[in-house]
Amino acid sequence: MINSKIQGQVWKYGDGINTDVIFPGKYTYTVTDPAEMAQHALEDLDPSFAHQVKRGDVIVAGKNWGNGSSREQAVTCLTQAGVGAVIAASFARIWYRNAINNGLLALTCPAAVDALQHGGLVEIDLAANLIKTDVGSFSFPPLAPSVQIIIAEGGLIPYLKKQLKP
Amino acid sequence: MNQTFVEKILARNAGLSEVTPGQIIDATPDVALSHDNSAAIAKIFRSLGQARVKYPDRLAIALDHAAPPPTTQHAQNHAEIRQFVAEQTIPHFFDVGRGVCHQVLCEEGLIYPGVVVLGADSHSTHYGALGAFGAGIGRSEMAAIWAIGQLWLRVPESIKIMLKGKLNSWVTSKDVALTVIGQLGADGGLYASVEFHGAALSSMSMESRFVFPNMMAEMGAKNAWVAPDEVTFAWLEGQGIHQREKWVAASRELWPDDGANYAATYTFDVSTIEPQIACPHTVDNVKPLSAVSGTKINQAFLGTCTNGRLEDIAVAAKIVAGRRVAPGTRFIIIPASSQIYLAALRAGYIETLLEAGAIFESPGCGPCMGNHLGIPAPGEVSISTANRNFKGRMGTRDAEVYLASPAVVAASAIAGQIVHPTQIY
Repeated sequence: MINSKIQGQVWKYGDGINTDVIFPGKYTYTVTDPAEMAQHALEDLDPSFAHQVKRGDVIVAGKNWGNGSSREQAVTCLTQAGVGAVIAASFARIWYRNAINNGLLALTCPAAVDALQHGGLVEIDLAANLIKTDVGSFSFPPLAPSVQIIIAEGGLIPYLKKQLKP
Repeated sequence: MNQTFVEKILARNAGLSEVTPGQIIDATPDVALSHDNSAAIAKIFRSLGQARVKYPDRLAIALDHAAPPPTTQHAQNHAEIRQFVAEQTIPHFFDVGRGVCHQVLCEEGLIYPGVVVLGADSHSTHYGALGAFGAGIGRSEMAAIWAIGQLWLRVPESIKIMLKGKLNSWVTSKDVALTVIGQLGADGGLYASVEFHGAALSSMSMESRFVFPNMMAEMGAKNAWVAPDEVTFAWLEGQGIHQREKWVAASRELWPDDGANYAATYTFDVSTIEPQIACPHTVDNVKPLSAVSGTKINQAFLGTCTNGRLEDIAVAAKIVAGRRVAPGTRFIIIPASSQIYLAALRAGYIETLLEAGAIFESPGCGPCMGNHLGIPAPGEVSISTANRNFKGRMGTRDAEVYLASPAVVAASAIAGQIVHPTQIY
């Protein structure tokens, strides 16, 4: 379940960050424990990330975050590492779907991406659709209603469990 | 209203008269593909409390990503999948050695014009080559399809790519696909349905056409489509399937209307294209081959769902015949399927390639995503016919991967450095 307010430190990366550097393909059939997935988060992009990330921290990235493989571990390694949200200029579609389906907030907001700096602080107010930074607030488009329902239930599987309950 | 291919096929699938981009629909896939990730999907499926898969005959499961298994852990993963397949009586199961899922499903007659495929694999865009709708999804989504048979999809915008002109010698569909990705960028088709049209396609073999929708995953596309024609139908009939009337009718019904709405239209004159190469570490870092000619390589890899077909092995055999792979260079070849492997054997290509010093491995994905069968050492350089060259893709972040056509890869294996085929042939 996503909190209505997320507050944390910014981990900022560039354009075109792909799933292979978020979660390497060589681990896809050998690392099955979610907690262990977190230890490999962003391994080939920023080896310091997995050791230093704190619960509620926010990844901020440029265009086409999460392009490449359909591997869902590229989302679960981040949720397991405690990442509160990802803000990007744009998202690759399978990563974006995987984020929604795992209850991870993924916000498209190029203006906020430009404003936020690595190591800075950010606050996301979901009720107000606002990203608050040191240099001002940025609004993001509200999530589609069908997506809001899935996120409110904590992801596709918890949502389906409720639906399928006899 | 005039509609594009994707608008027509998704409307038909959802039982609606028409749909518009941005609309969310419930799709009911005809084929739901998964591979070595099926054990993980089964775990999520079981957590939903459903005893049976809703439509077992719509599932297709192929073991290809680490096949045969390189470690006990990979073997255990396969064992769990076989157990699930038996439990749920899944008819379309393709065990180790049959080949890469995307090639195998096409050969097995599961894919033809009008089919809707959702796959737990990003290169599920592949199926558009046969006039089907194919899109990649995640593992949780596949578990949901196993349970309820449906999944929400957003109707994408459409992009039209016109290919005109005639290919020069030694230029292939791979070079054209790399040109398109290089020019439009890795997000040039983000969320979009990419349609391929034009006279240049008509003269291409079905084997060559598969490259376009396959590679569109690297442009961010949701799905891609190649206009079906006689070549498509003849290829399907070559697989021993005879349903021409059905294919023709579906192709006609789903043919994009004149005046349909496209977010963008691009025209490429393929006669102006020379061999292309995607340089480390992104697929849109595309240069003319001449820009990196002479780069020393340690490994050349020919295979994958992108370029591991018979014509790819044939051109490699033609180039290496009577020559030797350069000392210090490994030339690894993995046919995309057992059918291709056997055909290459019967045609004599394998003998020619083995005599030249190439290495053949069993059909599957091989080293494409760094699982096994040809992982480079740190500092090494590979040239590959695959579709991705991301940092760490083949196993180590300290290796470089170049992507090119089968002809360029084979010629480079002989030269021990990146070369144009004419430099050795």
